[in-house]
Amino acid sequence: MDEAFVRFVDVHKAFGPKQVLTGITFDIRRGETMVVLGGSGSGKSVLIRHVIGLHRPDRGQVVVDGEDIVGYDDERLVPVRKKVAMLFQGGALFDSMNVLENIAFGLREHTDLSDRQIRDIVRDKLALVELEGVEDLMPSELSGGMKKRVALARSIAMDPRCILYDEPTAGLDPVTARTINELIRSLQSRLKVTSIVVTHDIESAFLVGDRLGLLHEGSMAFVGTVEEARRSAVPRLRYFLSGGREGADAAH
Amino acid sequence: MRGVLGLALGEVGDISLLFAQTVRETFRRRPEWRVVIDQLHQLGVRSIAIATVTALFTGMVLALQTSYSLAAYGAKLFVGNVVALSLVRELGPVLTALMVGGRVGAGITAEIGTMKVTEQIDAIRAMAVSPVRKLVVPKMLAILIMLPILVILADFVGIMGGMVMAVTALNQPAVFYLQRVTQALSLQDAFSGLGKTVFFALFIVLIACHNGLRAEGGADGVGRATTETVVAASLSVLISDFFLTKFFLAI
Repeated sequence: MDEAFVRFVDVHKAFGPKQVLTGITFDIRRGETMVVLGGSGSGKSVLIRHVIGLHRPDRGQVVVDGEDIVGYDDERLVPVRKKVAMLFQGGALFDSMNVLENIAFGLREHTDLSDRQIRDIVRDKLALVELEGVEDLMPSELSGGMKKRVALARSIAMDPRCILYDEPTAGLDPVTARTINELIRSLQSRLKVTSIVVTHDIESAFLVGDRLGLLHEGSMAFVGTVEEARRSAVPRLRYFLSGGREGADAAH
Repeated sequence: MRGVLGLALGEVGDISLLFAQTVRETFRRRPEWRVVIDQLHQLGVRSIAIATVTALFTGMVLALQTSYSLAAYGAKLFVGNVVALSLVRELGPVLTALMVGGRVGAGITAEIGTMKVTEQIDAIRAMAVSPVRKLVVPKMLAILIMLPILVILADFVGIMGGMVMAVTALNQPAVFYLQRVTQALSLQDAFSGLGKTVFFALFIVLIACHNGLRAEGGADGVGRATTETVVAASLSVLISDFFLTKFFLAI
C-alpha cells in the first residue's frame, strides 16, 4: 500500500493572470498530521481544496489514497469526498439549519439511517468535540468557538479517513484557539485519521503537527518534521517562524 | 462590442448548462418534496399579495384607459373585452413575472450568494452532495408550479378590478361586463398566457440561481449579484415576451 495518503505532484494553479501554485510536490503520509504554514494569500487554502476537487490544478497530479483525482467530475469525486472531510475557515455551517441538521447533513444524504440512529451519531460526534445539548440551536446562536466545534463535528460525522483543516484557529481568542488545537490533537489520536492543517498560526503548527511544510510563492520552501523545522537553517522558514526577526536578509 | 457580445453569449451558455444540470438532477433522484413545499410557500404563497395588488390596479387602470380611448369610436361597451384580452394574453403573465421575478429572484440570489461567499456551497460539495440538487431543483419546481397559479389569480383579480371600474365609473352592469369578458376569452388566450409563464418562470429561477452561485467577495458581491438578477430577470421577461407572443400567435 502506498505510504502517502495524499500526494501532490508538480501542481500548478493560476487564477486568471495570478499564479498561485507553481509546482507543488510533497506527500502527506497515512495517519500523520501535516501542517502547511504560509502567509495570508500564499495559496494554502487553494492547495488543500485540491484534495477534494474543489479546485482543479492547471497542471500536475493530486493523488488521494492511490487515485489521481485530477479531471474527476463531481460524480466520480463522491467516494473521495466521503473519505476526506474539510473544516472550512468560517465553519461554513448552513445557517438555515439547526446544529442537528448541520451535522446530520451528510448522513441523511448518503445513508439510510433512521432519525433515531442519526440523533445518536450526532450526540456522539458532539461529545467528541466536547459539546452537548446544543442540537436544537441555530448557528446564529453559537459563539465563534462553538461554531468551529460544530463544524468539526459535522466534518467527522461520516467517519472520514482524512480531515482538511482550513485555518482552524483563525479569528478565535487564544484560549479557544488552544482548545481547538487540543481537540485536533485528540481527534487525531482517537480517530487515527490523516490530517492536513493549513494555518499561519505558528504555535498551533507546533502543537498539532507531526510534520510541517512552508508554502512560499507558490512552492514548498520547506517540508520536514517539527524537530527538523526547529533546527532548520532554511532562511525562509527561519524568517517565518521568528515572525520576521531572523533570516530577513537571506529571505529577501 | 464584441467583448460584450461574447460575455452575453457566455452567460447564456452558463445558464443553459445550469438548466441541463438542474433537469438531470431533478430526474436522477427523487426531489425532496418537503423542501419543495417549503419553497412553494416562500416563493409562491408569499408573492400572492404583490401579484394581486399589481393586477387589481392594472385592471382598474385598463378599464379607465380603454373606455377613454374606445369612446372616440363609440365602442365603450367593449371595455370588458379589452380588459380581459389584454390581461390574460399579456399583462397578467408579464406584470406578475416582473413583480414576482423581482421579489423571488432577488431573494434567491441573495440566499445562494450568501451561501457561496460563506463557503456553504463549497461545504455542500465537500460533503459529496450536489448544490444544484439541494438548492436549484426545489426552487425551480416551486416556481414552475407557483407562477402559473399566481398568473391565473392575477388575471382573475385584474378582471374584477376592471369590473369595479366598469360598474362605478362607466355605469355598466356587472353582468354585462362579465358577459363581454367570457365572450372575448378563448382557451387559446389562456394557453398563450400561461405558456409564456412557464418560460418566464424558468428564466427567473435560472438567472437568480446562476448569479447566486457565482457571487464572489463579500456583502458587496452578493449585493451586486442581486441587482444583476433583478435587471437580467426583468429584461429577459420583457424581451422574451415579444418572441413568445410571436410564437404563440403562430401556432
